[in-house]
Amino acid sequence: MKPAPFGYRAPTSVAETVSALAELGDEAKILAGGQSLVPMLALRLARPENLVDVNRVPELSGARRENGRLVVGATTRHATLEKDPEIAAAVPLLRRAAPYIGHAAIRSRGTLGGSLAHADSAAEWPAVVRALDAEIEVEGPAGRRRIPAAEFFETTFTTALEPDELVTAVSFPVWSPSAGFAVEELARRHGDFALAGVVCGVEVTDGRIDRVALALIGMASVPERAEAVERALVGTAVTDLDLADVGAQAVAHLDPPTDVHGSGRYRRTVGAVLVRRALTAALEEAQQ
Amino acid sequence: MTDVEVTLTVNGRARTVRVEPRKTLADTLREDLRLTGTHLGCEHGVCGACTVLLDGEPVRACLMFAVQAAGAVVTTVEGLSPGGDRLSPVQAAFRQCHGLQCGFCTPGFVVSATAFLAENPDPTDAEIREGISGNLCRCTGYQGIVRAVRAAADTMAADTQEASA
Repeated sequence: MKPAPFGYRAPTSVAETVSALAELGDEAKILAGGQSLVPMLALRLARPENLVDVNRVPELSGARRENGRLVVGATTRHATLEKDPEIAAAVPLLRRAAPYIGHAAIRSRGTLGGSLAHADSAAEWPAVVRALDAEIEVEGPAGRRRIPAAEFFETTFTTALEPDELVTAVSFPVWSPSAGFAVEELARRHGDFALAGVVCGVEVTDGRIDRVALALIGMASVPERAEAVERALVGTAVTDLDLADVGAQAVAHLDPPTDVHGSGRYRRTVGAVLVRRALTAALEEAQQ
Repeated sequence: MTDVEVTLTVNGRARTVRVEPRKTLADTLREDLRLTGTHLGCEHGVCGACTVLLDGEPVRACLMFAVQAAGAVVTTVEGLSPGGDRLSPVQAAFRQCHGLQCGFCTPGFVVSATAFLAENPDPTDAEIREGISGNLCRCTGYQGIVRAVRAAADTMAADTQEASA
């Protein structure tokens, strides 16, 4: 057996989960889909005293429309986000991004909330929730709160979540049905974490951009938005755009990480190209 | 740590095991249930050799604990054969198309391909490659494996046509 021994709890409600976390304190780790945590346990990079398995909490899974938003439960699997037609109709970016996550067997188990709580900036969901300004719903002994995506990610593997809180759901705004979306990534092999990537949404009225979001994958310690570029784009006529220049501007403020897979400079060059491609594709879709 | 009793259905049979919570589903299948067709390569979710079906969906059996499979329906490579010496269409196609060499990765590929074809019975070659992308073969056998999945799809389509004729 590769993981170190741990105590195991499988609560069946959010209330029971919260009280288990309160009781066990820093010694507990939540087990959701396990597609990042279990490898870390196997390699003994993580050795929690206790695992609190949230897979048997029914209220944490599934999606519902609520006040014009789509609320997706934290343990909803990547495969559900990839395949559910109602989820795709409300928030098309979820279906667009899901196929980039790992492989089929990973997507069967991995969860939306788990990916966000893990907070790897090279992953897809952190960039998707940043692009859409989603809110992360969390619950702890002090009650429930909603954390805007912009405030949720603090740095690599670190979020605004308190140790005794769990992610319960993600609330996504629903964009206009005529909006265009795109996800572009470069990875060494399909399914690997991206060297660089872009998540894009855009709405166009009478040939002018009236809403745009560009979130960058793997370009910083957290998923970053190209906010200055977005502000400049709003109100611009699509025909006046120099997309290559927009791509370069969108990544100019970033200092991407250098690692064995690629240098920071390489990531910035690739990121600029991916922004151009994603914006081109999203604009095309928005104008159909 | 205290052992826990876990009851699950494996290849159509209800089975009960007593395991430590840290014991993976893969180790439990191999050691407690003696179903050694499920292979363990990397044991941290990269190679896909341990792929099994959990309630019909492909999962990496090294990335979940047996205790998490309580109440679930698990199908391993041993459960894919229609019985006796007969091979499933996917298994037969792997044999015919040289879809294996050393055979270590084969159970994972066969289970992944079976799940993939159940969901997408008429795939393009690009979809086949994507469908098996979570499994690694180190004998450089991918061409034969892609051909095997294509051949299995064709056999299963012909069988379906025959059945409905």
